[in-house]
Amino acid sequence: MSTKSPSGLGKYQRLGVHAALIMLCLPFIMPLIWMVSTSLKAPSQIAMKSGESAVAFSAKNLLPNPVKWDNYPKALETVPFAVYLRNTLFLCFFSVIGAVISSAVVAYGFARIRFKGRDSLFYLMLATMCLPGAVTMIPAFALFRWLGWYGTFLPLIVPAFCGNAFYIFLLKQFFATIPEELSEAARIDGASEWRIFRQVMLPLAKPALATCALFQFLGTWNDFFGPLIYINDPTKYTLAYGLQQFLASHGTEWAKLMAGACIFTIPIIILFFFAQKTFIQGIATTGSKG
Amino acid sequence: MKKRSAKTIRNLTGYAFIAPWLIGFLVFTAGPFIASIFLSFTRYDIISTPVWVGAANYKELLTGDPIFWKSLLVTFKYAAVAIPSGIIAGVALALLLNMELKGISVYRTIFFIPSIVPVVATSVVFVWILNPNSGLVNSILLRFGIMGPNWLQDKNWALWSLIFMSLWGVGGSMIIYLAGLKDIPIQLYEAAMIDGANAWQRARHITIPMLTPIIFFNLVMGTIGAFGTFTQAFVMTQGGPEDSTMFYSLYLFNRAWRYLDMGYASAMAWILFVIIMIFTGIIMKSHRKWVHYGN
Repeated sequence: MSTKSPSGLGKYQRLGVHAALIMLCLPFIMPLIWMVSTSLKAPSQIAMKSGESAVAFSAKNLLPNPVKWDNYPKALETVPFAVYLRNTLFLCFFSVIGAVISSAVVAYGFARIRFKGRDSLFYLMLATMCLPGAVTMIPAFALFRWLGWYGTFLPLIVPAFCGNAFYIFLLKQFFATIPEELSEAARIDGASEWRIFRQVMLPLAKPALATCALFQFLGTWNDFFGPLIYINDPTKYTLAYGLQQFLASHGTEWAKLMAGACIFTIPIIILFFFAQKTFIQGIATTGSKG
Repeated sequence: MKKRSAKTIRNLTGYAFIAPWLIGFLVFTAGPFIASIFLSFTRYDIISTPVWVGAANYKELLTGDPIFWKSLLVTFKYAAVAIPSGIIAGVALALLLNMELKGISVYRTIFFIPSIVPVVATSVVFVWILNPNSGLVNSILLRFGIMGPNWLQDKNWALWSLIFMSLWGVGGSMIIYLAGLKDIPIQLYEAAMIDGANAWQRARHITIPMLTPIIFFNLVMGTIGAFGTFTQAFVMTQGGPEDSTMFYSLYLFNRAWRYLDMGYASAMAWILFVIIMIFTGIIMKSHRKWVHYGN
């Protein structure tokens, strides 16, 4: 919107805009700065002893002094975050593979093959996106329990292999933009649908597949409810669940707790900086196409 | 004859491709969906077989369960404040960050990052910064001579704390609005300028109407999301103090997994389903009146 462009602004007006934006940013960035800074503080700098009255905020207290790096090894001793990280990555790996591959296959079917009942099934699939999870979770839980999967990772992985309605929708939109002539040429050469999908369509769909992989990774990394109801063995906890358990059991050891929160959060922020474009585009399409 | 078999092959190939979803749909969605109607009329503790009790669960919910009504009220209050303020803040930030200014992308990134922080991490961090004595928020307030409330431990402030926390994540919807702003054709503004429209009139008659499809989308998803609010409340307050943050989904979880009242919880799930249907129905119906589809 060039009408709003402040190119007409003078130097002091520009400085004013920057000052206002920085003020506005503070409430958004401070909790994260506070999380990192607390994770590196000595206990004496964090909380006053009981009976003391609260201390007003001062710039001196913003940064850790001295910097206690050993809060991290200590946190890892108290809580096996390394084990939780391994479990989380294990789940992320398989659910990303499962969701991306199956969603791509299904999306190709919906986008490129004219079969009977296709459109109604596609609308049915879209409708399931609005279905609140509460309506299906109790029987699904009973089903997994009956299968003997309670307490294993299977209930958190297997459903991913059935595709995800949102990814199928995104990929279908993407496949629909690829010219029909491309697959027609392969068909004349005698290629099967599967080969067209594998060798013509999939390589072209890489950016869309990356968006789905990223969303699925984040979804699994952040998932709290799944591990909460299906995992009962502390050696199988994920980071999300382990962090909540830590808060529940060591609620006042703020430095260790914030160290745990950093271990859980910082990888996501790093991932964001590496995959910024995929992030932003993915989220933007969510809004405009949904 | 040959043509017919080609058609059959195409149908079979199509179903083979969508088979993963179709199987998942039948096993993990349609089957459980139907089963949960049945379970809502039973007493079921997951271990023994369900016992048919007729409409007893629904009757108990509607006439004899004050926490059910409380949880509905809490969820409605949260939705009624968090959704509109999230939309207003999201649109306002997007308008502000749509400027052409050096370093604007840095600000965008800062506003956006909180929305990708995992909910459990956000919850843990907010428990800490809202700590009544040593927390960041109250120590800043004290700097200005204000004694902050006990936030999560005060029944008048706990729900507000969760609403503030939801606004901290507004950057996600801000990005969607920003993408929407970029799609507005520049000619619309040029034409309006020629007609002598001022900045407010341009925002009121061009920008906001052009954003209504996205606002509509966020309204629908926000409503469904509000009724699904669970993790924050579970991690931060467990529904307390005095059930002031007992969200519907949290109460449903407690019924199902804490008390193993799976039949009762299924009835709650069905009431939730009907409520969401009614709300999305109302929003969808209203959408002709205010949602503008320009292209």
